[in-house]
Amino acid sequence: MSEAILAAEGLSKSFGAEAKRVTALDQVSLRARAGVVTGLIGPDAAGKTTFMRLAAGLLTPDAGRIAVLGLDATRDALKVQALLGYMPQRFGLYEDLSVQENLDLYADLQGVPRADRAPRYAELMHMTGLAPFMQRLAGRLSGGMKQKLGLACTLVRAPRLLLLDEPTVGVDPVSRRELWAIVDRLVRAEGMSVLLSTAYLDEAERCAEVILLHEGRVLDQGPPAKVSARTTGRVWAVTRPGTRSRDLQAQLEGRPGIVDALVQGEHVRVVTAAAELPAAIVDDKSIVVRAVPPRFEDGFIDMLRSRQPAAQHGTAAAAAADAAPPRTDNHDIVIRVEGVRRRFGDFWAVDGVDFQIRRGEIFGLLGANGAGKTTTFRMLCGLLPATAGRLEVAGLDLRHAAAAARQRVGYMSQKFSLYGILSVAQNLDFFASAYGLNGAARRTRIDWALTEFELAEFAEQASADLPLGFKQRLAMACALMHEPEIIFLDEPTSGVDPLARREFWQRINALARRGVTVLVTTHFMEEAEYCDRLAIMAAGKILATDEPAAIKARARSAEHPEPSMEDAFIGLIERAAGSSA
Amino acid sequence: MWRRILALVRKEFLALLRDPKSRIVLIGPPLIQLLVFGYAATFDLQEVPYAVYNEDRGAAARDLLAAFAGAPSFQKVADLHAEAEIAPLVDARRALVVVHIGPRFTADLLAGRPAPLQVIIDGRNSNTAMVAQNYVRSIVDRYNDGWIAARDRQGPPARLVMRAWFNPNLESRWFFIPGIIGMLTLVVTMLVTALTVAREREQGTFDQLLVTPLRPDEMLLGKMVPGFVIGFVQATAILLVATLWFRVPFLGSLPAFYVGLALFLLSSVGAGLLISALSATQQQGLLGAFVFMVPAVILSGFATPIENMPAFVQTLTLIDPLRYFLVVLRKVFLEGAGFALLVDQFWPMALIGVVTLVLAGWLFRHRMY
Amino acid sequence: MSPARGGAAMRLSGLLRKEFLQIVRDPSGIAIAFLMPIFLLVLFGYGVSLDADHVPVALVADAPSQDSADFLAALQGSHYFVPRVAGSLPEAEQALREGAVKGIIHLSADFSRRLRQADGAPIQVLVNGVDANTARLVEGYVTGAWGAWLAAQSARRGQKLDMPVDLQPRIWFNSELKSRNYLVPGLVAIIMTLIGALLTALVMAREWERGTMEALMVTPASMSEVLLGKLGAYFILGTGGMLLTVGLAVWLFGVPLRGSFWLLWGCASLFLLAALGMGLTISTLARSQFVAGQIAIIATFLPAFLLSGFIFDIGSMPAVVQAITHLIVARYFVAIVQTLFLAGNVWSVILPNAAALALMAAIFLGITWRKSRKRLD
Repeated sequence: MSEAILAAEGLSKSFGAEAKRVTALDQVSLRARAGVVTGLIGPDAAGKTTFMRLAAGLLTPDAGRIAVLGLDATRDALKVQALLGYMPQRFGLYEDLSVQENLDLYADLQGVPRADRAPRYAELMHMTGLAPFMQRLAGRLSGGMKQKLGLACTLVRAPRLLLLDEPTVGVDPVSRRELWAIVDRLVRAEGMSVLLSTAYLDEAERCAEVILLHEGRVLDQGPPAKVSARTTGRVWAVTRPGTRSRDLQAQLEGRPGIVDALVQGEHVRVVTAAAELPAAIVDDKSIVVRAVPPRFEDGFIDMLRSRQPAAQHGTAAAAAADAAPPRTDNHDIVIRVEGVRRRFGDFWAVDGVDFQIRRGEIFGLLGANGAGKTTTFRMLCGLLPATAGRLEVAGLDLRHAAAAARQRVGYMSQKFSLYGILSVAQNLDFFASAYGLNGAARRTRIDWALTEFELAEFAEQASADLPLGFKQRLAMACALMHEPEIIFLDEPTSGVDPLARREFWQRINALARRGVTVLVTTHFMEEAEYCDRLAIMAAGKILATDEPAAIKARARSAEHPEPSMEDAFIGLIERAAGSSA
Repeated sequence: MWRRILALVRKEFLALLRDPKSRIVLIGPPLIQLLVFGYAATFDLQEVPYAVYNEDRGAAARDLLAAFAGAPSFQKVADLHAEAEIAPLVDARRALVVVHIGPRFTADLLAGRPAPLQVIIDGRNSNTAMVAQNYVRSIVDRYNDGWIAARDRQGPPARLVMRAWFNPNLESRWFFIPGIIGMLTLVVTMLVTALTVAREREQGTFDQLLVTPLRPDEMLLGKMVPGFVIGFVQATAILLVATLWFRVPFLGSLPAFYVGLALFLLSSVGAGLLISALSATQQQGLLGAFVFMVPAVILSGFATPIENMPAFVQTLTLIDPLRYFLVVLRKVFLEGAGFALLVDQFWPMALIGVVTLVLAGWLFRHRMY
Repeated sequence: MSPARGGAAMRLSGLLRKEFLQIVRDPSGIAIAFLMPIFLLVLFGYGVSLDADHVPVALVADAPSQDSADFLAALQGSHYFVPRVAGSLPEAEQALREGAVKGIIHLSADFSRRLRQADGAPIQVLVNGVDANTARLVEGYVTGAWGAWLAAQSARRGQKLDMPVDLQPRIWFNSELKSRNYLVPGLVAIIMTLIGALLTALVMAREWERGTMEALMVTPASMSEVLLGKLGAYFILGTGGMLLTVGLAVWLFGVPLRGSFWLLWGCASLFLLAALGMGLTISTLARSQFVAGQIAIIATFLPAFLLSGFIFDIGSMPAVVQAITHLIVARYFVAIVQTLFLAGNVWSVILPNAAALALMAAIFLGITWRKSRKRLD
């Protein structure tokens, strides 16, 4: 079972013209075993997609060779393509064709005999749960269903090797679980080999073997436990009674000797540089420390940070520490949502939603794809009028004073909507002016944004060419130009690598401590832990609104003594689905 | 408020012109097209290919043929020797006109009988045929006048004395080139405006704009200005080429031209932004632009006079801004018209502009997708 | 197990079905293929005509007399004119300036007297020369009316009109000189250019933008099969549009089809291949719908409209511009349809133009085929 199904040797690939040549892969050599799931793990722009495309024979390498199923993927591209299944990042579905028609097309293209189709379709539809939707247009499916249909299309003729390029980006946790169940089944029951790329580090632990890519080079390869193992004895759960874990995390992050600090429910997960606890923890007598077993993410972050100049993650942390002391005196309600409903045609996307958000609170809106959280969000931003109910932002009714409310709100969308063709400085300048800043005030804020978000060296670069993490920073800087008292963040970390995510949350925490109210939607369950309170939505209704700990506590049961946020979320959704069925 | 609009305008310009490909698309093709179309768009015939089938050896026939040979707009391609040679030549489009002189042509003339002159014209392009026929007729008329004068015979009791105002030589290029200014200005404003809102919607930046305190009228103004400025620059460049290169006379008042241009830009930018605001995707915007542009050109009276259209189509042309602008252009260029004669063209363009812009601005915030 | 010949047929039929379903699902494609032709054809067929009819003219007789009334009657007898009598020359000139009339026919005060003198009486004709073509038509019509009046006058007086050379023009193929008869066949070519290029200009770019091209590439389908699928589907759609326009031209507008219908079909197929090839080339080279669309706007409509010989005579253009028209696919097809409709199967026109179409099709499809390799870089 251990022969290499895929082997790369000295593989290099770069893109672009002479002056701006970008190296995507640099001398990559690796092997993937047959009959298991191999994970290709790495931050943004690590070269994951380029590697996948090389393996599928879609790109020609500059140097080196890649063999797939014993064939040269570059020279025998057609033969290789006939043997493998490949699902590109955007699933490769025709949105204007129905589920059935998409399957038929790929069955025709893969040469599946007509007689064999009915049983194969039945099997695939059963596996993916799409059987009731055979006649629905692919474009009308939810993100999770599209992804499963994409997978089914690549599986119409059982391939020997399955390549999945970030199959779980932008997909809710329930769908992610289902996808993994399918992949596991394929490997166990059909003996398929799978190569899967992902930026979700918890998924790495489900792979038999992982390949760590960073900036086009292989950092390491082996079972995920090997990566986790490097931080054995250096991982701690830290608490300080009376301090919110968010504040404690901000205080510890970036201090000497601390590699990583992460809010994890009621405690802060800390990875230290050495086996001994650093001064920052030892000196604070009120801190309670407990050693915990390492996980993959700890090892990965440790590995990445060890090759990064220390300064780079220091600044954001310093900014966080600089923040004014927490303002706790003011708890008035700044966002009020009462009985809000929104209809599209004869479908109620949001069906009676109520919640209130206090000043300086970080409030999370969680839900599966299609739960109605984006619609709720758009109504709060004044982008969509409510069919019924009352929306109040900063004390202003959105029905009457939308323009005045907008002046006090910052908004960052999940696509990091910037003018891609404009430079960083031009984007900042435009949004500053759009919010009515001018003269010295505008100059000051632009300078602030360039330094605070470390964008100065990119100031003249077109924002479309920025790496994703920097786009996210710029989008946030633009949303903060006018120092809003409320900020709306729509899936602000989707597709962004773990390092950029950490930095992002430090800034959000710092803002909240200064009294800025934050409303955020997210798919990442661990990010829900940063929130003061959460609302969990399904089918246009709110299932629960509470503090993260309380929501997790509801899911506590005999077999789950310490449920994760994801367990709690899935439990709630399943219970709601069960009661409505 | 003006600072915010200024920032918007700056952003729109950068978004349009920062990409070198867009700069080339916006500036190159319209100027090249003016040159090519300026030469192509004419109903005047040059070097009409004609063939001669002369069965008469007399001097009168020779004189008449000499008149054809001396006419600059005719070019002889063949001498035929049999009737059967005519059809293949015309069928193959090698000759547009065949002049057939019968064997008794000179004899008839000298005898004072009307001498028939048969002229065969290829009617596949009816307009070309009509023009060619007129050319032939004028050569024959001149020949007849000469014949009568030389023999001191009684001419017809009345003569026609033709005079054409504004365009004495009836050069159709003078008619078409001002039209091309209007057509290319329309194409350029469409390229600038029809996709802007749709592109921002696709990229998500439109939401970002909507959550700023910018008001729809400010956004509208920001989106209008680039179309205006680029349209002005483009039209001015084309105006210079038309007058300096093609030597089309410009007799009217420059202010009247620019007022007309401004109102036309108002209406075409309005139409472009309305299409853009209606479209959720760039593809829809593009198709919308096409669906508007093709009839707008055809119904404008550019090549075919509006008066020749049936009543219901004439009614349809009333909502076509290009229709009014073409009248303004031709009157200003060739007739030397001032404001007074153009008011009837000005207000409909202003009306179209205001209606489309108000609708577009309303759609900015109310078109949901 | 290896993909055999049957596999290729299955793949191709799958791709064809996919393209058709996409065409059916996207209303904009159907609109371009079927509604746009009907709309344009009706506009052109009914609405647009170069033939001036019922032209308003002003008649000014400085001293009204029986002679001037006779002349007015002759004008009224022609359906080309709607003459109205103006009181004075300045009044008529004002009407001409305002565009209320297209021409002025001026009979001076001594008209009746000079009519009976040796050198004859002048009839002044003033036309608005801005629209040179209409002006020329008006001049021609006035000449015709004048000739008829002269003939009637001489007949009444029992004189023989002295007309040394009697011009007898014969217009072949379109004896009534109906502009519809040549605009409508030409329109078939313009519409097919739009269908061919505009529809396909976006399809390849769309596959790239939506990421489906990547998924197609890793299937055993070869690039030629993908292209063939698209070409086949849009070829059939374009043939539908062609039959529709030809049918409308013949039955609704009564344009005679003198040549062979099958020959027309064959040439239209060659032309479609070239037009579709042009669209696919734009699409393949641009890879983005935005750029492809912009190029399509610039490269299709106006050039086909102005440079194909559809309205303006190519032979009258300067040599350089004539050379440029050889790059316009529509020009070859315009020549073919005008000949097939009005003249018949004239091989000396059809063969060279058809050969040019075949060459253009081969070039465009060749470029597309060469540029779409199964590689992303």
